[in-house]
Amino acid sequence: MNKKESLNRVEIIIGKYNYWAYILLMMIGFYAMIGKKNLVKKLIGMNIFQTSIILYFISTGSKKGATIPIVEQVPGEAARAIEAIQYINPVPHVLMLTAIVVMVSTFGVALALLLMIYRKYQTLEEDEILRLRK
Amino acid sequence: MIVTPLFSAFLIIIMGWFKKSLCYPLMIIALSVSTFSSFANLESVLSHGTLHYHLGNWQPPWGIEYVIDHLNAFVCVIVSGISLLIGISSKRMVEKEFPEKTVYFYCLFILQVTGLLGIVVTGDMFNLYVFLEIASLAGYTLIAIGEDGAPFASFNYMIYGTIGACFYLLGVGYLYIVTGSLNMADLSKILPSFHNSTVVLIAFAFFAVGVAVKMALFPLHVWLPDAYTYAPSSVSSLVAPLTTKVGAYVLIRVMYTVFSPSFSLQVIPAGTLLCWVAAVAVLFGCILALAQTDLKRMLTYVLIAEMGYIALGAGLGNRNGLTGALLHILNDALMMACLFLIIGAITYKGWPRKIDQLTGLHRKMPVTMAAFVISGLSVIGIPPTCGFFSKWYLVLGAIDAKQWVLAAVLLISSLLNAILFFRVIEKAYFKPVPEDSHGGQDKIMAIDEAPLSMLIPVLLLVGGILLLGILSGKIISKVIQFAIPASL
Amino acid sequence: MEVVTSIKPVLAISVSALAAVLILFTGEKRRNIRELWTLFASVIKFSIVLSMIPIVLEGKTIECTLVQLFPGVALQFRVDAFGLFFAILASALWIATSVYSIGYMRGLQAQAQTRFFFCFALALNGALGIAFASNLLTLFIFYEILTISTFPLVAHKETPEAISAGRKYLAYLLSGATLVFFSIGLTYHLTGTVDFVPGGFLQGHGSSSLLCLLFITFILGFGTKAALIPVHEWLPTAMVAPTPVSALLHAVAVVKAGVFCLLRVILYVFGPNLLSDLHFWLPLAYFVSFTILLSGMLALAQNNLKRRLAFSTINNLAIIILGGCLLSPSAITGGIFHIAAHGFMKITLFFAAGAIYVKTHKENISELDGIGRMMPVTLGAFAVGAMGIAGTPPIVGFISKWYLCLGSLEAKEILFLFVLLGSALLDIGYFAPIIYRSFFKRSQEQTGSSVSEASLFMLIPIIACAAISILLGIAPDAFVHFFKIAMLVAKSVL
Repeated sequence: MNKKESLNRVEIIIGKYNYWAYILLMMIGFYAMIGKKNLVKKLIGMNIFQTSIILYFISTGSKKGATIPIVEQVPGEAARAIEAIQYINPVPHVLMLTAIVVMVSTFGVALALLLMIYRKYQTLEEDEILRLRK
Repeated sequence: MIVTPLFSAFLIIIMGWFKKSLCYPLMIIALSVSTFSSFANLESVLSHGTLHYHLGNWQPPWGIEYVIDHLNAFVCVIVSGISLLIGISSKRMVEKEFPEKTVYFYCLFILQVTGLLGIVVTGDMFNLYVFLEIASLAGYTLIAIGEDGAPFASFNYMIYGTIGACFYLLGVGYLYIVTGSLNMADLSKILPSFHNSTVVLIAFAFFAVGVAVKMALFPLHVWLPDAYTYAPSSVSSLVAPLTTKVGAYVLIRVMYTVFSPSFSLQVIPAGTLLCWVAAVAVLFGCILALAQTDLKRMLTYVLIAEMGYIALGAGLGNRNGLTGALLHILNDALMMACLFLIIGAITYKGWPRKIDQLTGLHRKMPVTMAAFVISGLSVIGIPPTCGFFSKWYLVLGAIDAKQWVLAAVLLISSLLNAILFFRVIEKAYFKPVPEDSHGGQDKIMAIDEAPLSMLIPVLLLVGGILLLGILSGKIISKVIQFAIPASL
Repeated sequence: MEVVTSIKPVLAISVSALAAVLILFTGEKRRNIRELWTLFASVIKFSIVLSMIPIVLEGKTIECTLVQLFPGVALQFRVDAFGLFFAILASALWIATSVYSIGYMRGLQAQAQTRFFFCFALALNGALGIAFASNLLTLFIFYEILTISTFPLVAHKETPEAISAGRKYLAYLLSGATLVFFSIGLTYHLTGTVDFVPGGFLQGHGSSSLLCLLFITFILGFGTKAALIPVHEWLPTAMVAPTPVSALLHAVAVVKAGVFCLLRVILYVFGPNLLSDLHFWLPLAYFVSFTILLSGMLALAQNNLKRRLAFSTINNLAIIILGGCLLSPSAITGGIFHIAAHGFMKITLFFAAGAIYVKTHKENISELDGIGRMMPVTLGAFAVGAMGIAGTPPIVGFISKWYLCLGSLEAKEILFLFVLLGSALLDIGYFAPIIYRSFFKRSQEQTGSSVSEASLFMLIPIIACAAISILLGIAPDAFVHFFKIAMLVAKSVL
């Protein structure tokens, strides 16, 4: 009984390695956002956080042995039947493209903000800024 | 209705190169078009039922669908109407505060409205995320234009907001893995069979936390006071009433439409949890507001308390509670818009924002202060203003659910609000006079009121506050009643 | 009961709202026109109310529905006997007070007179709205309007003392209002309606412990406005307001509105049958008697004239409630009639106190020696009012006290008879010294200069109200049929 349980557990850890990877990344990003004092580090943490989510999404779309979801169409030939199982799910890819765009624009805005903050306070450390503001 | 603001955002930028003065009218036109179309939508929803629009003619659930039902149409009207009013009044304030950036301001303003409207209208979960981010980004930028602490406050807001949006995205992702669909209507059909799955539960949790950040629900409200206090007045008037309310709308959508009510309330005790968190938010907001010396900051804490009311209503899960929550979305949007506009007017005229320094304000700006009194009465919940009616439903809902503590919390918070507002009213209306004088005749002081473009929206909002209170019965029977799922 | 639909109730209420707006816009520069609005409005209001008397005396009620607020609850007005009674009183006394306050404010050259008259008009708006409300919710809406509009009046002088009095006023009244809000919500939850029904509508709904809780919250909530001990403290403190404010609002309209609402709850929401079934009325009667006696004793200890009058008001309000909760026909008639009787007498007293203040700036009883010789008319009126409150015939106070005593005998509770007699003794106890000092003692001052009577604006209302007190004492049904209406109420409820 014990052996079976522990085997099960190992299965969970190894089998779903993609999820663990993304959780790890997310935690790193999260910690950086909250725990670090330097604003740039926070920003990078945010980036890591968002990237981990993108990774997660895409990983959910993958299937064993499937290939890229582009249908090869020879011009002039009639449309062939497509077996969905052979192609990895394109929907998460599409969604993530959008998410990447969002991420990049957020990053851009954030950098602009950081520039403004730096011009004003000459520092990018959170505690120093708080002190300067008092 | 969404397309107009979007395109006009670009148009404004282009226009800005050529002729600066045309930007403002263009923005107003765009907002007016939005408002009229949202009213038209409401009309047709009331007579015909739900509207569907398929983007690019792809059938759902493959394509993105825009759905307007009663709940949507209702919130749409609120969002566009208030943005129009605030757009009108923003002209003077913007010109005073940052004259060289007016073009960008208008452009961002409209983008923000686009984002908000998009959130409200869409029927697709991921599309909602996109619009959410559009609105948030525009918001971050708008807030950062403000005074001293603004960029930093905006940065903080951005960190929190992104976490919230990403959690939401995670929720969408989990749901997608389990169900394979992103369409809200579709999800509501598929999900009931998954009620006991852990994934779905986690998805719900992610949604809840993500939306709570956007809604500034305690304890995820930390970004709100700083962000809204340091933002320029025109921005806070737009963002404050609307963004959080739209967040509340998303919460109600998720809880009641996507996950059916029985799931949200019975499988997980989400309703109960939400209620208690909301109750804490209400008390917390009121008490902290008491401690503020800056009028604008005080209002932001009042906003947190108001969001608590809405969350409380949503969490109660019975007809009355949800009616109260929805009605309060309308009422609070009106009240907060009015209050923040008033503060904008006061600041525009050069008055400081510390409460202690507001003495004698009513002689100089009598109309504005009168509007403040009425909005304040509405927040406290004194009839016949609209605030009373939403509180009525909330209290009824609490009594229905036999939650006496919650009802008590609601009532106590009204009293706390009373203390808050009357403190300001006292300062502004009464000048302390030495005890033994019998007072001289009124010196006719020059009335230095806010300019008309700012006064008119304020007055319209105040009129709305008073009228909508009396008419709330009609509003409920025609609109809100249908927005509540029938199983409640 | 036949129902007549007419827009008259709304008209009567909105006359003063309209006047308020006009006053606001007329402002300080054209003060005579501004006072004219007030006078016009008060006369018009009174006449509209008068025109409704014959209809109600025939046994019909006038109704007017405005807007449907919630399912089962509308913004609705109904003029029945009880509401009409209160309305007559409030509007009649507004005329008197308007004339008086013109004299008072100008005599003192007080500041912010526009705000004063504006809030006054709004307050009367609220009072009539309460009178004509046909359900708890409409009543609550106007109740709040009354509270909010009287706040600037209380804090009018803007001295630190006045501001803190205003704060106390708001704190007490808003807390009471919150309790009322809760009670109304609970009532709606239990029964699905909040309309007033003669004889009550709560019967059969809810367990008796729930009804008990409801009763207590109602009493405490409305009792704040009716100045029941222990939530009475705001009333003496509010005496720092200008005398016309104290006179009308705190001796007539505001606290009378509180008493009115309480009686509405007792007679029209709970109803005599339910109350006697549940035996609620007896504890309430004891509670109220406690107020009667305690306030009488506290009045003896006050040196400030207006504070003493305030405690006397608390005393009389409690007597009215006692009449209501004894649940016998004479008691209810007497209690309701006392609303009017006390109104006229007390307003005479306050007017006199104000006249003294304007002429001599004296507020304390110890300073009032010999005033009677210098201001005989004023103090004469004061004496009339004082004797009336104690229950001396032929002044109107006697009639209401008589019926109240009859009522307590009918209810077979002799204890309350003694309470009433005791309070009459206390009344004599705290009024007599004032009359004695002012007439029979020499003034201590060396000034020698005689103080003359106050201006005609103030004198005429004083004399008028004193005269009416005597008139009503001799012929209680004179002119506006107060007494008949009171009896109608009692009949309809039992």
